[in-house]
Amino acid sequence: MQPLLEVTNLETHYVSFGGARVIKAVDHVSFTLNEGETLGIVGESGCGKTTTCLSIVGLLPPAARIVGGRIEFAGKDLAQLSQSEMRRVRGAQIAMILQDPMVSLNPLFSIYTQVAEPAYYHRSIRGRSLRQRVRQLLDAVRIPSPAQRMREYPHQMSGGMRQRIVGAIALAGGPRLIVADEPTTNLDVTIQAQYLDLLKELQQETGVAVIFVTHNLGIVARMCDKLAVMYAGKIVEAGAVRDLFNSPQHPYTKGLLGSMPKLGSKEKLFAIPGQPPDLASLPSGCAFHPRCTEAMPRCSIEEPGEIRVQSAKGLDVAAAVGS
Amino acid sequence: MVSLSPQTSAAAAAIGRPPIAWLSQFRGLPLLPLAILVPFVLIAVFADYIAPYDPTEPVAGMKIFIPPAWMQGGDIRVLLGTDFQGRDVLSRLIFGARVSLIVGVMGTVVAGGIGTALGILAGYLGGWADLVIMRLTDAWLALPALVFAIFLATMVGPSMWNIIIILGLVYWTRYARVIRGEVLSLREREFVKLAEIAGASSTRVIRRHILPNVLNSAMVLASLTIGVVIIAEASLSFLGVGVPPPEPAWGSMLADGRSMLMVGAWWLTVLPGLCIMMVVLATQLLGDWLRIRLDPQLRNL
Amino acid sequence: MKSGSNPQRVSMSPPLLEVEGLTKHFPVTIALFPRRQIGWVKAVDGIDFAVDPGETLGVIGESGCGKTTTSKLILLQEGPTSGAIRFDGEDIAGLAGPELMRYRREVQVVFQDPYSSLSPRMRVGEIIAEPLQIHTDLSRAAQQERVAEVLDLVGLRPEVAALFPHEFSGGQRQRIAIARALVTNTRLIVLDEPVSALDVSIRAQIMNQLEELQARLGVSYIFIGHDLATVAHISHRIAVMYLGQIVEMADSLELCEKPLHPYTQALFTAALPAHPDDKREKLTISGEVPSALSPPSGCRFHPRCPKAMSRCAVDAPERKEVAPGHSVACHLY
Repeated sequence: MQPLLEVTNLETHYVSFGGARVIKAVDHVSFTLNEGETLGIVGESGCGKTTTCLSIVGLLPPAARIVGGRIEFAGKDLAQLSQSEMRRVRGAQIAMILQDPMVSLNPLFSIYTQVAEPAYYHRSIRGRSLRQRVRQLLDAVRIPSPAQRMREYPHQMSGGMRQRIVGAIALAGGPRLIVADEPTTNLDVTIQAQYLDLLKELQQETGVAVIFVTHNLGIVARMCDKLAVMYAGKIVEAGAVRDLFNSPQHPYTKGLLGSMPKLGSKEKLFAIPGQPPDLASLPSGCAFHPRCTEAMPRCSIEEPGEIRVQSAKGLDVAAAVGS
Repeated sequence: MVSLSPQTSAAAAAIGRPPIAWLSQFRGLPLLPLAILVPFVLIAVFADYIAPYDPTEPVAGMKIFIPPAWMQGGDIRVLLGTDFQGRDVLSRLIFGARVSLIVGVMGTVVAGGIGTALGILAGYLGGWADLVIMRLTDAWLALPALVFAIFLATMVGPSMWNIIIILGLVYWTRYARVIRGEVLSLREREFVKLAEIAGASSTRVIRRHILPNVLNSAMVLASLTIGVVIIAEASLSFLGVGVPPPEPAWGSMLADGRSMLMVGAWWLTVLPGLCIMMVVLATQLLGDWLRIRLDPQLRNL
Repeated sequence: MKSGSNPQRVSMSPPLLEVEGLTKHFPVTIALFPRRQIGWVKAVDGIDFAVDPGETLGVIGESGCGKTTTSKLILLQEGPTSGAIRFDGEDIAGLAGPELMRYRREVQVVFQDPYSSLSPRMRVGEIIAEPLQIHTDLSRAAQQERVAEVLDLVGLRPEVAALFPHEFSGGQRQRIAIARALVTNTRLIVLDEPVSALDVSIRAQIMNQLEELQARLGVSYIFIGHDLATVAHISHRIAVMYLGQIVEMADSLELCEKPLHPYTQALFTAALPAHPDDKREKLTISGEVPSALSPPSGCRFHPRCPKAMSRCAVDAPERKEVAPGHSVACHLY
């Protein structure tokens, strides 16, 4: 089966004013995503996970540029599309949910206007059926009394409700892929759980594929089928979520899993030493080697290639250790 | 385990967003405003050595209303001509620069001092102090600035230092408002709360945490105020309540030359007017540059 | 209430900090002229707890539960409406002069955002030395020595004292904030979500650091957080707050094993799994936290509670001890 999204050797660089400095925010990143699947992209701030997503949806800031690779989505290479062609894909086929619902919603427009917009532009729904569609969408994201709520404005809603509205907007165009960038970071614990449950249900109903960008492995454990761990602009380990949690291969993945506090356990946490690196001056060889507890002399010289780990089927690791 | 390299961590912090912030350090100095201001400042400082004649006395053996040297009837010894008393216009312009810049800078310092102090008090103390100071500011703003200045000037009598204090008293309100707003948000910053929780006195918090963090804004405001103050001084002098004659001031030179404009003695008004315009323009441009440089909100743009 | 009303405490030594019947109501006004008061927000409504020397008390709850107001009351940023906070047996409301300064010296705080808590215009050394300058008359050299000492405690090199905060990453800044909180031989540190803003790999570093410092210095912590796993990991005992009240309080391992209050149970269900195979029940509570301006009658949790009975809407449950050191405010027990 043709995957829905196939990213091959994607390279996105931030180029400073005058080209004096190049930051390789995304460095040869490849992954695939099938219809209806959920991929988690995990990493720390500055690891390139957000830039990867922005490359896919074509919303990169002016200083950033895709310099190589392909983003094949439903047979088209998104990296080659013009801004206006991209606008037609975005909203209709790819939607995005951002971290802060306060920023994603325009305070001047009613909920109705904002939810209706993608359906109006991308699916040419008008008049009575547009109202119908908005009501359905608000219903779908569990907004109580949608007929009344859609006349209200963002400031009249709580944080959890606003984020669900953002979800409704994402669904409005009937997308095949939703890119969610830390959508629950600002939500309370119980609200977050409700929201994640809702997303899961919506996904089962609509069959939309989801890319979940997060720093929280717990969200991945709950939501995702596949996981890609990013470090310093590269995917260091990828595979099925269960495999990665059961037998992490890359020392960074092991470290991340070890640093998660577990409920009811007082065991000392494993802390990865040091700080995330500066993308502008990366360590030689494997970028993780200065923080790696299993580093060998060759790690500071050679960049590790990608290996398919034999023991667990379908697990890709880029690591020099244990090879 | 801790990296000590400053660039490493600073740049690491900048990676999430587009790396534009650091560009500002490469942005050049503001060449145009400096090219105008530096000569004016030098001229003002060394006026005694540069000016060919005494600006308050007629040049011996010169007629009145001699046009600039390049015009017909001009005299090479008085490059920019003479005024209605036969005084050298060039010398008067040179000494006028001194008056304008001193009044501009000192007036701004007085205004900034009063305004910043009141703004900090209002913002940090809050409550009654805030209410009283801000109502006073509102009332002050409702006064027509120039009329108020003229009123004060006629009350205390003309002298350069009186003008400085008067202009300071007229223009402090802008500082008070802006600084108060800054302090209100600073007061909620966690490092200020930490100092309070650690038991720091109000004076200590203001001195160590508030003042250093509002200085940037005060500087930006100051650079934008200098021009306004210079124009106000020129206006007062033009109206005859400014720097008293025979002391040369650009404003009074304008006033003196005004009647002769009709008969073609344009250099008596155009030249001081040009000086005022250039200096004010330069300070405004410098202010804009400073604002972009120092204002953290704008710095990232 | 008497000091016997804190049955959770196991140790017999006097508590370092004792909170009794602490209440903070904020007036809600609308900006008319004249200003009209339309009600009270009961941010904190009659809470009791105690913190022993060398202990970590975790306070967990969602936004609006009153955990931040509680910390403000302890830090004397706000005055209580009623109730008492006692430090070393003395009511802090009555402190003045040198006694107040002693309290200010011995109780410090670390905030969530390491970018806002360090003054951008001061060097790290000055930031850390500030409490010393306020409370001691140490010479400059002695101050520097002490600063180097606490920097070493938090795992930073003494040279960093000469740098400015913007030269550090989030985790390092949080270490600096901790160093500052420790510099005056502090006995109680309020940790207000100290790791929430940090990267995952850095969180574990800071948590371990905090635990190590406690073992070494015997300092007490009040650890405020919203992530159950994090709070449970670092705390000895946990107080669960909901709409201004403590609904359950227990030893942290006991709470993880046997959460009793339906709200605590909901928090556990809502907590994210550590592994994809972790069994999880369906979240049973719905809706959002109601406004503290008009909290529900009776038990404040009853409109969201899956186990609510008719009396829950009328009768507010008292928190009572159901097992040694484990108390819960619910009619089910």
